[in-house]
Amino acid sequence: MVILGRVLETGTVQRQAATRGNVVQFKSVGLRYGSGPEVLQDIAFTLPAGSFHFLTGLSGAGKSSLLRLMYLAQRPTRGRVLLFEKDTADLARGQMPALRRRIGVVFQEFRLLDHLSALDNVALPLRVAGVSETDVQRYVPELLTWVGLADQLHAKPHTLSGGQKQRVAIARAVIGRPDLLLADEPTGNVDDQMAMRLLYLFEELNKLGTTVVIATHNEALVTRFRHPRLIIDHGQVSQVAPL
Amino acid sequence: MIGRRSDLPLAKDSTGRFLPLLVALMVFLSAVAVAGVIVLEGMIHRWDRDVAGTLTVQVTPAAGNPAESARLTDERVNAAIAVLQATPGVASSRALPKDELLALLQPWLGSMELLRDLPLPRLVDVTLDQRAHVDVDALALKVGAVPGASLDDHRVWLSRLIAMSRTIEWLAMGALALISAVTSATVIYATRTGMEVHREVIDVLHLVGAQDDYVARQFADRAFTLGLRGGALGLALAIPAFVAVSQAGRRLEGGFVPDLSLPVYGWALVMALPLVAAFLAMMTARITVHGTLSRLP
Repeated sequence: MVILGRVLETGTVQRQAATRGNVVQFKSVGLRYGSGPEVLQDIAFTLPAGSFHFLTGLSGAGKSSLLRLMYLAQRPTRGRVLLFEKDTADLARGQMPALRRRIGVVFQEFRLLDHLSALDNVALPLRVAGVSETDVQRYVPELLTWVGLADQLHAKPHTLSGGQKQRVAIARAVIGRPDLLLADEPTGNVDDQMAMRLLYLFEELNKLGTTVVIATHNEALVTRFRHPRLIIDHGQVSQVAPL
Repeated sequence: MIGRRSDLPLAKDSTGRFLPLLVALMVFLSAVAVAGVIVLEGMIHRWDRDVAGTLTVQVTPAAGNPAESARLTDERVNAAIAVLQATPGVASSRALPKDELLALLQPWLGSMELLRDLPLPRLVDVTLDQRAHVDVDALALKVGAVPGASLDDHRVWLSRLIAMSRTIEWLAMGALALISAVTSATVIYATRTGMEVHREVIDVLHLVGAQDDYVARQFADRAFTLGLRGGALGLALAIPAFVAVSQAGRRLEGGFVPDLSLPVYGWALVMALPLVAAFLAMMTARITVHGTLSRLP
């Protein structure tokens, strides 16, 4: 696994080693929960490697559902979802973890593990990938320091503010330098200054070759960082050029 | 396995609180069953070794006045010995003197003075050549031709005793299998409950790329620790019980109860039980987690 800290430390911008081709492809995808109506209908779009997209839409439009399909927490009811040019329907259960390790996710509700410290939460993707404890202890504190949590390394999530939790969640998503970064409202609980700082981090990752999708309501960010948008409306997605 | 880092908060949850107590009970019962089987096996072996290659001829006392009866009985005994000595494969035959016979009966019937006047049957101790095959049934017919003489083949009652002992052994084995099944069922229940309690954590682990085995290992480590802890407690209860039974057996006189102490390999087996229980718990937990996760999307 490529650790973000190590990449930044060595200054090796490995764009040539990054994923090529299409990272995400949706083909006529539909999704319904139980016997309810389809929340996503005939979704079709492609995200090429190294792209940066904002995912926007009204609350309840299906942004989180779309992201869930992308980070393999949900299977589509119909259609095909391809990640890194592999049809997820054809993947055996044992092949999922390797694919998931290439995807970093910032959950809207953070989903930090309450019994673990900030450091251990961020270290999770490295530990499940078998990264040495020496590297964990070296790079995780560095990243937490970078997101302004140097004095909270050993704090449990329940002692952190919403903004601090969000930064821990972001650090966890990016520590493994994923090929695809999905963030669901990653700036919802931080001040404008930290929001900008985090967006710059995402842009840096993007420059390193990471494909980024950020679901957000923050129009100021969408306007300031000029990236194409995926707009979701009434269960359907349209791709729009930068504002 | 013990003390390995865990991302799941298993050490603090209550889903496995009673597992060590149950494993302790199971290890205690297993230790009793294993020790019982080993002691029984030793007894059977000793009986077999002591009785194999020996026969006894019983000669009932002849009727008549005491002097006449004694003379006739001696003749019958000599006739029986003559038949035995003429039989190929009989290594030796010896009539037990009356004093020796009385000494054998004394622990059961009391005073030798009272027994001395009783018309007791005479016994002839027969030793067979271990290398030769003796047709015991044919010999019984020949001995039976001597008035008042009959051949007692120990193997008949010994085989019945052994059959009964084997039945008890199988029962003990069945009990062990049941104990293992109950322990496994408890571990399965505790593991599934733990998985349900920590579902959110397991979800997050999967989403950051954990293999099923990464999760399974953590449940397995915890089951191993709890199993070992319970097993050690069960063993700690079993050892004093064995020592007490062994000492109680030694205090009994007259050879009613055979030696109840465990041989060295028996102790080794009993000592290994906590480890066996811990491994059983660990493997059960691991298989349970894999089975449960494989049914998830």
